[in-house]
Amino acid sequence: MGEIISLRDLKKGQKAVIAGVDVGGEMGRRIRDMGLTPGVEVICVGRAPLQDPVALRFMGFTLTLRNHEAGFVRVRAA
Amino acid sequence: MTAQAEQGAPGGHMLIAIAGNPNSGKTTAFNRYTGARQHVGNYPGVTVEKKSGTAHLDGRDIILMDLPGMYSMSAYSPEETAARQALADERPGAIIDVVNAGVLERNLYLTVQFLEMGLPVVICLNMMDEARAQGMTVNVQLLEELTGAKAVPAVARSGEGLEETLRAAVELAETSGGRIPPLEISYGPDLDTALTEMEPVIREAGLFADTYPPRWVAMKFLECDQDMLHSAQAAAPEVAARLRAMADRTSAHLRNTVGADAEAVAADYRYGWIRSILRQGVRVEDEQKNRIDLSDKIDMVLTHRIAGPLFLLAVLYGMYFLTIEVGAYPLALVESAFDLLQSAVDDLMPDGPLKSLVVSGIIAGVGGVLGFVPLIVIMFMLIAILEDSGYMARAAYMMDRIFRIFGLHGASIMPFIIAGGIAGGCAVPGVMATRTLRSPRERLATMLTLPFMTCGAKIPVFLLFINVFYEGNKTLAMFLFTLAGWGVAMLAALFMRSTIIRGEASPFVMELPPYRWPTAAGVLIHTWERAWQYVKKAGTVILAISILIWAGMTYPGLSEAEEAAYEAQKSALEERLDALPPDAAAKDDAAAKDTGYPDMFSRNPGAKAAGKSDKSPVPESTAPGDAAPSADRAAPAKDDAAAKGGGAAKDADYRDLFSHDPAAGKGGKGPAPESTAPADGSGETEETARERIQQQLADLENAKAAEALRDSYAGRLGTALEGLTAPAGFDWRVNIALIGGIAAKEVVISTLGTAYSLGEVDDENTSGLAQYIRADKSWTKSKVMAFLLFTLLYSPCFVTLTVIRQEAGGWRWFFFSLFFNLALAYGVAVAANQFLGGLI
Repeated sequence: MGEIISLRDLKKGQKAVIAGVDVGGEMGRRIRDMGLTPGVEVICVGRAPLQDPVALRFMGFTLTLRNHEAGFVRVRAA
Repeated sequence: MTAQAEQGAPGGHMLIAIAGNPNSGKTTAFNRYTGARQHVGNYPGVTVEKKSGTAHLDGRDIILMDLPGMYSMSAYSPEETAARQALADERPGAIIDVVNAGVLERNLYLTVQFLEMGLPVVICLNMMDEARAQGMTVNVQLLEELTGAKAVPAVARSGEGLEETLRAAVELAETSGGRIPPLEISYGPDLDTALTEMEPVIREAGLFADTYPPRWVAMKFLECDQDMLHSAQAAAPEVAARLRAMADRTSAHLRNTVGADAEAVAADYRYGWIRSILRQGVRVEDEQKNRIDLSDKIDMVLTHRIAGPLFLLAVLYGMYFLTIEVGAYPLALVESAFDLLQSAVDDLMPDGPLKSLVVSGIIAGVGGVLGFVPLIVIMFMLIAILEDSGYMARAAYMMDRIFRIFGLHGASIMPFIIAGGIAGGCAVPGVMATRTLRSPRERLATMLTLPFMTCGAKIPVFLLFINVFYEGNKTLAMFLFTLAGWGVAMLAALFMRSTIIRGEASPFVMELPPYRWPTAAGVLIHTWERAWQYVKKAGTVILAISILIWAGMTYPGLSEAEEAAYEAQKSALEERLDALPPDAAAKDDAAAKDTGYPDMFSRNPGAKAAGKSDKSPVPESTAPGDAAPSADRAAPAKDDAAAKGGGAAKDADYRDLFSHDPAAGKGGKGPAPESTAPADGSGETEETARERIQQQLADLENAKAAEALRDSYAGRLGTALEGLTAPAGFDWRVNIALIGGIAAKEVVISTLGTAYSLGEVDDENTSGLAQYIRADKSWTKSKVMAFLLFTLLYSPCFVTLTVIRQEAGGWRWFFFSLFFNLALAYGVAVAANQFLGGLI
């Protein structure tokens, strides 16, 4: 098993498994509602031209979120 | 049908709700069911669109309610709150939950929440064709067994399975009576214990007894759902307080043990439950196939670091090009239709205030605005295509980093573009397009700053002055004004977001849907809805304001003595004209026919063309046939210089700007003649004498119109404001033109024309006005700059203000937008006039 890192540090093409979402309130809810919950496997499919936001693929769809938002998500890098 | 099933359905028809995630095909299904039988409104108190329509099934009418697209039934976004409210208030008999079969896990998250609320759900397993192509199979029977909800495989695009879905929903509504036993899933030991404790309390108190199941209400307390807490507090304060205490205890325990709040734990368990049923065999995936393959490949180019932004620019430019270039043809048609109407009314009605009101006030005012409808239809159609294809989300994704610096959101890009971000849009649909922004603060900031863009109505003003003062560098000058608009909008957004709309940036968590071909029906329905809203506004607000402005510029008019003085001069001239041998006599009453009422709005008053040709010393204009040039006006011939006088002239101006072709867009009207030049008698031919007298007649009319305007209420206001506007270099003429521009920016040029005693000047045919401005030495470069910057930045036009009030939800934003922009523009204009002098 890989080390725990922040989702925002994921490189393009890198896979990881969500370990936890460390934020509550509106942002936490939005992130969880989209399915970023522990145990989900994600892959970083790319970044916007200015390196932010980041695009993730998981559960069969593509989600984009800002680096700031991604910073609240802990993942276990594969 | 049971009595309950009919609750909330007007006229005894059954009510079925359609719900689903964004991009699940929900709208496609709804359009398939209802066709054109749709009604668009707003949910009470919010700007979330509320759509309903009628579907036919087995000889009966079913009312379908289209809930806003949402990922969850929490009450964070206005959409979710509105949807929850609608489900509670209107009590549909059943819900058709449109689910993207390819993204089952996330889509079922909403389904589970419906089932927990005890709502009868039919799962419409949409996009089954795509799922199959991706090597995925869904065990429908097992899904039904495990969720307890009926499921129907479907392809909404082709209509496959939709009828069966609806029939299942109707049956469910009839048997269930609108409520089913709620689904209960485990939320782990801590929450389950709390729920079991809280449930009886809620049940005994009868809290929301006929709306929500007790367990669900208990869960909302644990999740600290503000909406529910408030309702409970209002309904039963004591019970609410007790439940709150229980919930707080559990929350504190959760924080100490697992370090998360109840909401997070609940979401994890809900997804866990969904994953467990999928693993039990509901979905079988062929791991070999890489899914959303094609979209990924497209994205490698379209969101590429370098190619992506270039393509975005090309798309935006293409939209602009299509709207302006292609839109010019229907625009010319609509305008010539209004010209025809105007000239017909002009011929039919007797001269007088009523005719002036109808021709110059109503037809010209409303026509000027309705003329934009073709442009807006095309613009909306292109936007609908961009939205439905999935590209809009990419644009937001790429631009977010830049917009965020100014407190805006990636999705702000489209409203800005529509409002004129690349010159030539309209702020009204721009404000309406902010609806796609889900974050309220960013939405408001976008809405309040997009009127700084160079919308289509401001462009004629820029063109006129740029032609006079920046002849060599037209394109560059125009480009700089567009940039200035952007610059001010961004800085103003930053200012607002750090003062009056202060607050954290809303989270940017956005799905990039796979690319899809838009459906024709979807695009057309989308376009129609938006265009119709614009037309309705033009028909009501603009009509009223046109009349008001017309009256302000018409009354009180000249005193009888002044009127008599003009009449005396006029008869004197006419006598001299009559004394000349008769030849082209047909035309001399054209000038006399002029009512003397200023023609404020007219883009191109057909009947008045005769009066205009009087001014031109070009001999062929004496042919009486010229008085009705509407025929060639209908032809939107591109490079026909003659079309200058017609509806196509507007686009000729645009083309002129971007084609560097000095010939295009010129010609037509002759330069203003030096009417004072020749002395009487000696050596003058009859022909030139006639022309000279006719010229004097026309000048007299114009002088009269100008004096009447200066004397009107609007003119007096303009004069009164001179003290205030002097630092910016504006005299009374500029003042009334700008005041008129608050009604509609189209008015600025025509009013300026009237004030410069040109009789009528429409915003296309401005060469005459240009001459006057060139001749008027008070127009220094710094004054021109001050005037143009003021025009760019000052108050949004009245329709935009009205739409802002409606979309932002309050008169305060109406007045804020009016006064903030006025103050800003004033400051900039004064600075430009005072300090720019030496620099340009």
